[in-house]
Amino acid sequence: MEATSGRGVRPERPLSPHLQIYSPLVNMVMSIMHRITGAALYVGSLLVAWWLIAAATGPDYYNYVSSWFATWAGKVVLLGYTWVLMHHMVGGIRHFIWDTGHGYDLRTIDILSWGTLAASFTLTAIIWAFVALGGA
Amino acid sequence: MVQLTLPKNSKISEGKTWNRPDHDGDWKEFRIYRWNPDDARNPRIDTYHIDQKQCGPMVLDALIKIKNEIDPTLTFRRSCREGICGSCSMNIDGTNTLACLKSIEEVKGAVKIYPLPHMQVVKDLVPDLTNFYAQHASIEPWLKTDTPTPPKEWRQSRDDREKLDGLYECILCACCSASCPSYWWNSDRYLGPAILLQAYRWVIDSRDEATGERLDNLEDPFRLYRCHTIMNCAKACPKGLSPAKAIAELKKLMVERRV
Repeated sequence: MEATSGRGVRPERPLSPHLQIYSPLVNMVMSIMHRITGAALYVGSLLVAWWLIAAATGPDYYNYVSSWFATWAGKVVLLGYTWVLMHHMVGGIRHFIWDTGHGYDLRTIDILSWGTLAASFTLTAIIWAFVALGGA
Repeated sequence: MVQLTLPKNSKISEGKTWNRPDHDGDWKEFRIYRWNPDDARNPRIDTYHIDQKQCGPMVLDALIKIKNEIDPTLTFRRSCREGICGSCSMNIDGTNTLACLKSIEEVKGAVKIYPLPHMQVVKDLVPDLTNFYAQHASIEPWLKTDTPTPPKEWRQSRDDREKLDGLYECILCACCSASCPSYWWNSDRYLGPAILLQAYRWVIDSRDEATGERLDNLEDPFRLYRCHTIMNCAKACPKGLSPAKAIAELKKLMVERRV
């Protein structure tokens, strides 16, 4: 493919650096976060399924599973799952807005991207405050 | 395909420092990607120092000064020096732009310069754009008509002409395509933002009569739909255009013609 010089075959062309050198723009970070949270939701869905199966199985098994979720580690997982779910949901709304052809000026892109992060944290906090006050 | 790390022959090491500040001045450090096909070494980052008091305001001014006065082997493309030819597109300070439109002062600290990302490097800051141009040719970027050619020009209303604003200004510098992670991973099959903006430019041209055929050619899981609205393209465009918006309009047309 390459022309050869007098000193033999030319070395293969290198690939220029990409992720290594590109600025982590907020829109790009939120895009990959949407992917990651989407993948994490598979795991979250398994937790929901486990809980539903427990509820259908009977009081003993339901109490057993609930005791797992009630542990310190269980609560951290549920808190994480809540945030992942909220982040992916808000990200989905952001993408829906863009799919309608709106929100493409640079300022709005940044507002929507940062807004996704802010909204996911806020919604998670509200849900857990609600749970805490409800005593669940 | 997605490969997050660089291949073995593309890993970058520290190169040499060509000069140091040798008098009082407003010195700026430039750290520039180097690769020479005539030796068997991996790419390196070379360091140069420029006194801004003796240099023009743009990054391209500094590159030309380096080539003229410090290191004549430094290789890069440039022509018009005023943002209309699209030759000096490269990655400066972490984002793609034209060296002639990027002011040195805007950059905090050392000015880091790389070729356009995820491209085969011909030499130093010169990437191989063969695939990019072939993709542009593939969308047949010319007026296609069935009706006989009118005796004078093809007429167009003011409103229809205005639809081309924000599209015709594209100079095909490839800053947007080379900023797009989707294009990084799938440039063999995904057309990328620049070419899709060009495709849209012909799709909505009121004089063009091949709209259906053009949309048919884009109806493909890779050619069009690898766009995941990451939005790096809109941020990168040195002409202030929005390839992301053009792609969204294409996707909308795809839906509209089906319902």
